[in-house]
Amino acid sequence: MSDPTHDPLPPPASAVPLDRLLAGPVRVVNIGLEQFATDLAGNGAAVVHVEWTPPAAGDAKLAALLAKLGG
Amino acid sequence: MQLIEEANREAVRRIAAAEPVLVDVRPAGEVIPALGDRVLLHAGPPIEWARMCGPMRGAIAGALVFEGWATDLEAAERLAASGGVAFAPNHHHGAVGPMTGITTRSMPVLVVENRAFGNRAFCTINEGLGKVMRFGGNDAEVLARLRWLRDELAPVLAAGLRAKGGLALNGVIARGLAMGDEMHQRNVACTSLTVRELAPALAQAAAAIDKLAAALAFIGANDQFFLNIAMAMGKAIMDPVCDIRGSSVVTAMARNGTDFGIRVSATGERWFVAPVEMPKGMYFPGFSEADANPDMGDSTIVETVGLGGFAMAAAPAVAGFVGAGSAADALDWTRAMYDITLVRSAAWTMPALDFAGVPTAIDIRKVVSTGIVPVINTGIAHKRPGIGQVGAGVVRAPLDCFKQALVAFAATVGVE
Repeated sequence: MSDPTHDPLPPPASAVPLDRLLAGPVRVVNIGLEQFATDLAGNGAAVVHVEWTPPAAGDAKLAALLAKLGG
Repeated sequence: MQLIEEANREAVRRIAAAEPVLVDVRPAGEVIPALGDRVLLHAGPPIEWARMCGPMRGAIAGALVFEGWATDLEAAERLAASGGVAFAPNHHHGAVGPMTGITTRSMPVLVVENRAFGNRAFCTINEGLGKVMRFGGNDAEVLARLRWLRDELAPVLAAGLRAKGGLALNGVIARGLAMGDEMHQRNVACTSLTVRELAPALAQAAAAIDKLAAALAFIGANDQFFLNIAMAMGKAIMDPVCDIRGSSVVTAMARNGTDFGIRVSATGERWFVAPVEMPKGMYFPGFSEADANPDMGDSTIVETVGLGGFAMAAAPAVAGFVGAGSAADALDWTRAMYDITLVRSAAWTMPALDFAGVPTAIDIRKVVSTGIVPVINTGIAHKRPGIGQVGAGVVRAPLDCFKQALVAFAATVGVE
């Protein structure tokens, strides 16, 4: 597996035609559900997984309070 | 919000500035004015007799007999159930107590003074392991030990502490962390350091050599002797942090065997309560989770100041004892607590994390945002009164306490 932190990065996705996005080797930053990263890695893709959950586990009222309270 | 950031900086400043010193041992009734006739203080947030768990009721019955307010345990239970006694949380009166946390007027309490702020906090003396009142024990053996603590050990300790001018605790904690204690389920190093510090003064203060020998033997044989000192210290450190407008720092976490409660600086003395959880841990031979009572005690004050489960990285030996996994796992428990705290202590560091400071000042915003809740190392009591400790484990603070607290806290700063 190639090292995704040291290989030269491709141009931003917005600059790449969609049909060419998956034409070459795929390098992925996966955020949230770890299973996606596990599956990609199992298929030989270079993946960096970022543990993340929505603030307050998605509770809209608490998330709105947190947005105002900061921290 | 700038108000919150400034308030939390002040909270952290007060925690860091604390100078806790064990200064005395006094009868609880002398230092806690509320402890009059037929008044009992208990662990955790407020609770009435009808909702109390078995060990709490057992300890109360024993304490009523100990004080001479009931002739036997059956009469004591009838008295308590009929409303003939008054209950209040230790935390409402400058005190803390382990497990059931029962405190009555003639019980001796350790007195810790925070010399930076002039406040004092109190905790009963640790009774040792096995069948003891803090785990609901209440038979003749338990009461005889309480009488010995009151009549023999307390006077020697008090005289020694006064002769020495007190025992400064910040340094004891710092050294204890480096020696493998986390001050909740492992206190063997700090207990040993305390004996070493106090022994000369105790020798000078003791009325007779046999009383000195008995005192030193009791402390030396009780690895958890320092726990109650650490608890009074935690209370003495956190009380000056209460009532800072705009601060989202947790000032107390406590359980009564039925409910888990937290207090937050900006919301003062208000409790935010949710059902307490069952510890996950290791059981003594012959016992299992089927015997266990849900978690209880004011001892979570040590986690509130960054010790106990928060300092698991310092105490790899305790990780196995409480069923928390390997030494490597112990590091991860502590690392997770960095995500919900504001700072790393400058004074209390852990060698295994390259001398990083313990996670200090729990921020309710971080807890609710991440969903990561405080981890607590705890003893496990049998659910029936009179049996005592059956294991040790890890328990999580209920997230709902923090959600409630966040809503109330937001209102104090005009956010809805």
